[in-house]
Amino acid sequence: MHLRVKALESVLVEKGFVDPAALDAVIELYAEKVGPKNGAQVVARAWTDPAFRARLLEDATSAVAELGFTGSQGEHVVAVENTETLHNLVVCTLCSCYPWPLLGLPPVWYKSNAYRSRAVIDPRGVLKEFGVELGEQTEIRVWDSTAEVRYLVIPQRPAGTQALDEAQLATRVTRNGMIGTALL
Amino acid sequence: MNGVHDMGGMVNLGELAPEENEPVFHEPWEGRVFAMTLASPTRSNLDYGRHQRELIPGPDYLPMTYYERWFRSLSTALLRRGFVTAEEMETGRTSSGAVPDAPPPRRGAEMIGGLTRRGSYIRERSAAPLFSVGQRVRARNINPPGHTRLPRYVRGHVGVIERLNGAHVFPDSNARLAGEDPQYLYNVRFAGKELWGEEADPTLSVALDLWEPYLEHA
Repeated sequence: MHLRVKALESVLVEKGFVDPAALDAVIELYAEKVGPKNGAQVVARAWTDPAFRARLLEDATSAVAELGFTGSQGEHVVAVENTETLHNLVVCTLCSCYPWPLLGLPPVWYKSNAYRSRAVIDPRGVLKEFGVELGEQTEIRVWDSTAEVRYLVIPQRPAGTQALDEAQLATRVTRNGMIGTALL
Repeated sequence: MNGVHDMGGMVNLGELAPEENEPVFHEPWEGRVFAMTLASPTRSNLDYGRHQRELIPGPDYLPMTYYERWFRSLSTALLRRGFVTAEEMETGRTSSGAVPDAPPPRRGAEMIGGLTRRGSYIRERSAAPLFSVGQRVRARNINPPGHTRLPRYVRGHVGVIERLNGAHVFPDSNARLAGEDPQYLYNVRFAGKELWGEEADPTLSVALDLWEPYLEHA
């Protein structure tokens, strides 16, 4: 693949169709700048700032824009909150829709045939493979991202973190926690 | 289109294989394919792009990695539109002339601006919504030959409207470059038992964002 992609890029650049510096900039954006740290900041803010949490649950698109998290694949955002009795899980069965401005580009497993197919019919089985065992009575809501609405799971705040500030809490928030395939 | 990309509800399609400390791109070529697709003179709207990947024949699509799919759909579009020839793709050397309708290359600042600026798929629609929150609706049993975002696993099933998202660009029209044709977009929740039968997990529900033309009164 490496050689085929290189050949294609050489021709596109030579013909003036693409600017290689623009490709570098796009790669740098998602490899280094935009990633799950953004979503973690949103979650930590929601845990520590009740007014922000309320705005986030009411209109997440505007709430995350307050923190500067806007852009492609984040045009419309809905935040869904896990509780003692409810667990949320996000998937895109048709392709790979994912909240880029909040979580960056999706991991391979999220785009895999296995996850896309099973998450909606056997979420408990999928969660077990991620090491997550939910109570039998816990309600599971799966969100299939079929449109331009992107879902961010607000995980439950871990016990024993009362003394931590927002920045410290953000380091405890994992990408999988914000998709719903991990508990914190 | 009832293609293999519409895989919700199937099982035995391989391993989940979550990876620790996964890099954003596993190989440099993946990043190049990703960025080239966004920069390509063949780029069009999002729905068109998704449909191009769905058009990869099923037996090829299933075993491909994600960025192999992107490479295939990018190459196919470039070849079909005459931006590159098969020989050029093979050799990496230019052997054909200029393409008259080629747009100027996208520059970095323009691309980064487009990727990070606040955008919206909400559009004006003068007609009132047909459905309201709390109402029961049935996903229509339709099998469009082109692009659609109505997965097979909900067709014919009844759910409840949880939210109205406003009128959004309608992918079925936009993907065939027939205009945005805005339609109301509803979040509809289906019980697990409704989708998968009486034996299904009673704690499960699945919510999807579905456009008004996909729905009928239940």
